Amino acid sequence: MSSAVVSTSAALGRPFVFDGEAVPDVCSLVDVNRQDPADSNESPIARVLQSTIKNQQSKIPPASVTPASRLDIRPAPEMVSSGIPAIDALTGGLPRGCLTEICGPASSGRTTLLLAALAAATQRGEFCAVVDASDALDPNSAVAAGVELDRLLWVRCGERSPQRERAPRRHPSIALRACPEPAEGAGSDTETNSKDQIQSRSENPSDNRLEQVLRATDLLLGSGGFGLIVLDLGDLPPQAARRIPLTTWFRFRRAVENKPTILLAIEHHPIAGSCSSLLVQMESSNELAAKQRKNAAHGASRGLAVGNERAPEGRKKIDLQVQSELDFPYPTHAQLFPGLDITAELIRSRLDRKPTRSVAFETKTAWAG
Amino acid sequence: MPFACIYVPNFPVAAALRAEPELQARAVAILEGKPPLEKTIAVNGKAARLGIAPGMTKAQAELCSELALRPRSALQESSAHAALLDCAQSFSPCVEDAASDTVLLDLAGMESLLGPLPEISRAIHQRAASLGLAAHVAVASNPDAAVLAARGFPGVIVIPAGKEAEQLSSLPTEVLFDREDWQKQDAQKENEKKSAARLLETFERWGIRNLRGLAALPEVSLSERLGQEGLRLQQLARGAATRTLVPVEAPPVFEEAVELEHPIVLLEPLAFLLNRMLEQICARLGSRALATQELRLTLELENFSALNQQSKIKNQQFVRTLRLPLPMLDSKVFLKLLQLDLNAHPPGAPIMKIHLAAEPARQRSAQGGLFLPPAPEPEKLELTLARIAGMVGENKVGALELLDTHHPDGFRMRRFVAEVARKTPQKKNPDSTAATAAVTPLRRFRPPVRVNVTLENGQPMRVVCAKNKEVQGDVLWKAGPWRASGDWWEREAWSRDEWDLALRNGNAVSFYRLVHDLLSGGWFVEGTYD
Repeated sequence: MSSAVVSTSAALGRPFVFDGEAVPDVCSLVDVNRQDPADSNESPIARVLQSTIKNQQSKIPPASVTPASRLDIRPAPEMVSSGIPAIDALTGGLPRGCLTEICGPASSGRTTLLLAALAAATQRGEFCAVVDASDALDPNSAVAAGVELDRLLWVRCGERSPQRERAPRRHPSIALRACPEPAEGAGSDTETNSKDQIQSRSENPSDNRLEQVLRATDLLLGSGGFGLIVLDLGDLPPQAARRIPLTTWFRFRRAVENKPTILLAIEHHPIAGSCSSLLVQMESSNELAAKQRKNAAHGASRGLAVGNERAPEGRKKIDLQVQSELDFPYPTHAQLFPGLDITAELIRSRLDRKPTRSVAFETKTAWAG
Repeated sequence: MPFACIYVPNFPVAAALRAEPELQARAVAILEGKPPLEKTIAVNGKAARLGIAPGMTKAQAELCSELALRPRSALQESSAHAALLDCAQSFSPCVEDAASDTVLLDLAGMESLLGPLPEISRAIHQRAASLGLAAHVAVASNPDAAVLAARGFPGVIVIPAGKEAEQLSSLPTEVLFDREDWQKQDAQKENEKKSAARLLETFERWGIRNLRGLAALPEVSLSERLGQEGLRLQQLARGAATRTLVPVEAPPVFEEAVELEHPIVLLEPLAFLLNRMLEQICARLGSRALATQELRLTLELENFSALNQQSKIKNQQFVRTLRLPLPMLDSKVFLKLLQLDLNAHPPGAPIMKIHLAAEPARQRSAQGGLFLPPAPEPEKLELTLARIAGMVGENKVGALELLDTHHPDGFRMRRFVAEVARKTPQKKNPDSTAATAAVTPLRRFRPPVRVNVTLENGQPMRVVCAKNKEVQGDVLWKAGPWRASGDWWEREAWSRDEWDLALRNGNAVSFYRLVHDLLSGGWFVEGTYD
């Protein structure tokens, strides 16, 4: 359509005119063309268009386009201690107002980091909340890690929802029935969002857990005042955790932004995508050793060799390569599980553009001394 | 010594309007009596303009289609009277409960605290309005003059000392007699009415229609004709009667009740009524600088439903008690909490009567610190916890408390309160932090996962789990067993052997706690070390 207009203008011998612009003189343009023989091949209409575009560009104030160098730099978030010095050295701590993902398989030290962060936060005087998808928190371990239980809110999600449990028992003839809450006050948008949180709602117990986790997290983020909120999805099947839509993570990220709250997600695999500011992959060195063994690259690390000379006194080391009872030089009741060797790898950080790094640290059981 | 009088005209109507504020714009008449002999006993101004007067039968009043007829409610009137007393006690500790619609208060010494008398009068008027009562307020140098002025002049009036006779002179002689004391017994009321009518008739015959005329009568002649009663009335008309107040201590009872003509069958209209009642209770508590830590909702139900035997229904009453961790005074929060509670525990039958009582408590005082970490707002947190509890279950959210037991999972859930004793954050020595290693925690499976264990020489060599394929494999390393038992004197006795295992499942190696239950003989994986 626009080309038709131009051609019409050309046919009439008039240039194409923008609004509010003076009509250029064709004769003067012809004179200009004569002065520049290099452009003699261009049609007059093209030249008119070029000059018009130049005029328009000159009218745009330079301030309307801001170069990237002048854009406001988002202030770096406050970093607080995770409770494990090695992790602090790796990541600089846990960022406030951001989502941090801690991933890893079982026995990889995720819960160690979780409890250390809780202990550090509660000892700073902050209130913390754990939204526990699998009801997996061990109170004795939390106390041993130094968590102040008075400051810890524990939400134990289950496979059965009390609302759903009540529903079948309600007799249809009962006149008084529950009505939806008025959409007012804190967390009112949570009910509206709950439907889109799980992509397909079914009677799968994992979905029910997940729905509870997400709604509880929404409510806690809306409530405010917590220093650390933990989503413990560590025991959820990976396929169930992956069903959390990315929009939910975006909402969590927006909800926690500019607040002094650390949102920590414990998972099997990373699922929040670019919404997380920090992604740490945890692995047990024992597991690494198994992989190395598979690759015929044997290496003894702490806890992998009985009678290891570097082992601290009083600890009985574990040899994963020994597979039969006969190989144990000590009776089983004379051994103690001393702890784990953990390797933490910084996979992604929006705060630090340094290359991928990893650290190793040890944990010890409460009875290891 | 200034005294103030708060008078609520048309008290039954005012009580009804307080319970149903949407009736303010309508003509209202209050009915009393047994059907079908109900008669109107009080009407508001709009109804009077429509020609409705006290004493009309219900059938006569119903001819006016715009009229809203309401039965007289003793509950509403007692709530309104309690609100009137709260209003008075929020300004002065010395309050006399003169009648159900009249309250007197001593304002001596209050000027230095609350400002000049006109300002105090206006504040009393506004406070009464905030409690849902359209009151007349009068201030005078003696209680009786204040009562007469409050009954005679609408709005707010302040009579300067010495000008009582001049100010009261324009009032009709009817104000000298109690028009209606709504709480008195019928026989007593009838006697008073008869004597008042006789005196009024006498004054009418004498041509005395206002207090100026009565005040100007010679005392001796008046005494000869009407006796001491006549002199008393003249003293009242001159504003010269003196007496002392009889102060009452209003009991700290904060209750509101609504009787319904038609039963409520949905929670939504119930929420509207609850909202109004909560606002009134909060206003009353606020006027006495109090808050509440416990709300008790009693619903009288129409039918006793056998389906709800398990809920707390006693004598067709449904009782719910809302206990708060901290004193609060926010009607919106209370309403949400009640709604959530009723959603979780519906009454199960139509509601005929609503009774809401608040247990008063001192308002909490909190001193925020500039350098203290933030804490959740108690009201918001309570709502959040109620919502989460509705989702996951009441005993599934809260704070942890370890029990004094050797049981491996011995803990209980308790209420989470965001106001534990605040302490200064500890600054740890970084060297000491570095020296202490992180603790290897156990990640529990609730309930423990039942497994099949292959034993060799009494020791586990292979673990197989039918439900969880991740919790199985060859035993690479093991430590144990450690025997533990307890509570053998209880029915929930436990006795077990614990093992720590390293299991290889594929390439992954994980550490688990395996438990052999010695009482049932089963093997369980209790958790993983993570």
